[in-house]
Amino acid sequence: MSNGSLKIGLLHSLIRKEEKLLIEAFKNAGVEPIMIDDRQLIMDFHTAPDIDVLVERSINHSRALHALRLFESAGVRCINSHHVSQICGDKLLTTAVLKDNGIAQPQCRVAFTEESALQAIEELGYPVVLKPAVGSWGRLLSKINDRDAAETVLEHKTVLGSYHHSIFYIQQYIEKKGRDIRSFVLGDDCIAAIYRSSDHWITNTARGAIASKCEVTNEVAEISIAAARAVGGGIVAVDLFESDDGLMVNEVNYTMEFRNSIDTTGVDIPAEVANYVINQVKQ
Amino acid sequence: MGECPVCAGDVELAADAIVGELLVCDDCGAELELKGLDPVVLAEAPTAEEDWGQ
Repeated sequence: MSNGSLKIGLLHSLIRKEEKLLIEAFKNAGVEPIMIDDRQLIMDFHTAPDIDVLVERSINHSRALHALRLFESAGVRCINSHHVSQICGDKLLTTAVLKDNGIAQPQCRVAFTEESALQAIEELGYPVVLKPAVGSWGRLLSKINDRDAAETVLEHKTVLGSYHHSIFYIQQYIEKKGRDIRSFVLGDDCIAAIYRSSDHWITNTARGAIASKCEVTNEVAEISIAAARAVGGGIVAVDLFESDDGLMVNEVNYTMEFRNSIDTTGVDIPAEVANYVINQVKQ
Repeated sequence: MGECPVCAGDVELAADAIVGELLVCDDCGAELELKGLDPVVLAEAPTAEEDWGQ
């Protein structure tokens, strides 16, 4: 099967730099991707556009999650799968599968009321990080240093937050000395990694952290690939903490952003992604 | 070339511009979405929603 005959759908909404780079990479590989705008999509549970595979690149988690399920219902293979989007899109589910697979991660507690959340925080010990179970780009993360802050944030979330903010996901704060690691995994290969450095305790590049090259050591590759397998495999970015006890997985991302990591690592990530998808279709 | 819907400034399009692409107006800094190529139609990009991002 020649690349030119492949029908690769690309599910998107807004076209960010990542999507443009992926489109260019597919074209360089001889494939003209079929663009599928989630804002114009109508699914009937039975039929889907005539494609060999769907590459999911929606900016909205909720649209991606549901569209993937509907495409799979209609018999279309999706990269990443609905299962992966479901696990990675929910920190509680990610933590559960990492635990099931014995992968190192910060201690975590989940509570469902303000009172039990406060008790869980006190048991875990300050500081802790309170995160929305579903959220991204480092938004609405709270580092809670003492009981006063805990009571305040929990009350605000209870009174002002939408219903999913009453699922209290509480993570042990890891002193990461100004940086974390983001690694990029395609299937069973960890192709690249960066450090994300910031004076702020939140080290998302979306929040201004600076990217620099991180060598893909055996330790980085092993835990990254294990985490990717745990969430269901495919194309994922794994966020790692360097703790005194070794590397720990913080989160796994299923619609990875990589614009700051190509020049930094010297790895043509969009070309690698395109080749991975093409090889998956041909298998 | 398109016109910024916010400040009416000229917005240059790249040769490989794609419908749906995010652009920034050099004059006013507004984030724009390319809605059409022939003719060129630009609109203010939607603001980030709670479930956006990775």
